[in-house]
Amino acid sequence: MTDIAAGFAAAFQLLLSFDAGLWEIIALSLEVNLAAVFLSCLIGLPLGGALAVYRFRGRKALIILINALMGLPPVVVGLMIYLMLSRSGPLGSLNILFTPGAMIIAQAILVTPIVTALTRQITEALWLDYREQLTSLGSSRMRAIPTLLWDGRAALFTAVLAGFGRAAAEVGAVIIVGGNIAHHTRTMTTAIALETGRGNLALALGLGIVLVTLAILLNTAAWMVRERSMPEAALLGVDR
Amino acid sequence: MVNEGAYLTLGAAILSLVCFPAGPVLAKDKTIRVASTTSTEASGLFGYILPQFTRKTGIAVRVVAVGTGQAIRLARRGDVDVLLVHHKPSEEKFLREGYGLRRHPLMFNDFVIVGPKRDPAKIKEAADITQALMRIRDAMATFLSRGDDSGTHKRERRLWRMAGIDPSVQQGWYREIGAGMGRTLNIAAAMPAYTLVDRGTWLSFANRRSLVLLFEGDYLLRNPYGVIVVNPQKHPHVNVRAAQSFVRWLLSPSGQRAIGSFRIDGKVLFYPHARSARP
Repeated sequence: MTDIAAGFAAAFQLLLSFDAGLWEIIALSLEVNLAAVFLSCLIGLPLGGALAVYRFRGRKALIILINALMGLPPVVVGLMIYLMLSRSGPLGSLNILFTPGAMIIAQAILVTPIVTALTRQITEALWLDYREQLTSLGSSRMRAIPTLLWDGRAALFTAVLAGFGRAAAEVGAVIIVGGNIAHHTRTMTTAIALETGRGNLALALGLGIVLVTLAILLNTAAWMVRERSMPEAALLGVDR
Repeated sequence: MVNEGAYLTLGAAILSLVCFPAGPVLAKDKTIRVASTTSTEASGLFGYILPQFTRKTGIAVRVVAVGTGQAIRLARRGDVDVLLVHHKPSEEKFLREGYGLRRHPLMFNDFVIVGPKRDPAKIKEAADITQALMRIRDAMATFLSRGDDSGTHKRERRLWRMAGIDPSVQQGWYREIGAGMGRTLNIAAAMPAYTLVDRGTWLSFANRRSLVLLFEGDYLLRNPYGVIVVNPQKHPHVNVRAAQSFVRWLLSPSGQRAIGSFRIDGKVLFYPHARSARP
């Protein structure tokens, strides 16, 4: 119990002292996580929508594959990206190993299946409901995708937050491709791993508490934007 | 309706973060990467000496801290400019295969055996490391092995071999956990169990619980660190000039002084060892 209390004390001390080192890693964590989620949405939202409206051979297998990839172990993704970006790997000449860019790529690969799979499920439910209406208006399947995404935005919002949660929580991938370099690629989670290794359990737990606090703040902000930007009807329409 | 302009701006901002994540791009010849071991990073040595070097030369040093085995693999693949590790046989093999320019002795400390305070195997009174290990075996006291191909793990295997013991065939008390030094110490503290650790990591480790230092001082426990610049003939992109100036500084009187003056609770963690520093 005293250890956990010490963790909370450490968290308060970290936050109240406005420790420059702490803000540096918070800023990097947010930058990497948000960029990864943004990339994942660029790919996952249209891809999920397409999987919902198009019917083709192998569609089921593809959906099962993407659902399964939601459980990709971060360490495996980290290792794959490491081998690709290593100087002796196929993309070595890009010279982005051990940079935040490499961490963003690794996390985007972890988050994309989540956004894609959930988008597919949400938009497919809408597609089955509105198909008649949309096609009777002469709209092609391709044209239906943005409409479905827009109508499903309230539920998709949760899908994106789930993706963000995955990015913010993982350490296995970023520690391999980022290298946990001080002042350069050290994020909240890799700093927690480092402090645990040094036996500074209170500081590690304190950083963990700061991370959870950040996640709560971010989700609150996102929730407020969601409530403001959407009329009541849209919310009810989807959550019915 | 949605403010499309705002979304576009946000998108562009995030995209620019993806493409130029390092912010202002550092001149390439002003940054080097070093693969080193967890012992040097976790102890805080680099945090102490690197700012002195960067202030002097303007060269930023980025340290990737992993086990010695993995550090050598990073260097072989050309992912770093400098290798700074502590397992001489592996370092010499690295040179023989042409991956490095030259090995410079840099500094040393020593390994110690830590374990539960009540010392069930009575290694505290052991005459030498061989006897200490035999006592652990005889008492069948739990011993944690890193099991991760690190410099410390390799040394530990060699010490068992020299004591004529093959711990992998022992039942129960010898456990390989496949973890870094810090995690191994955390587990040893919780069990509690004996384990081999470098003095630097031990001195800087905060979660000792009932663990205490029980055996030290045998010559076989000496732990020398070497530094090697990666061979640009194998990997042309290696930043040789900056790497050389980093190694030169480490070996110079001011670099050696910086290493020797790094202390935790008044205790020296690494002793300078370069030729220039010898009396």
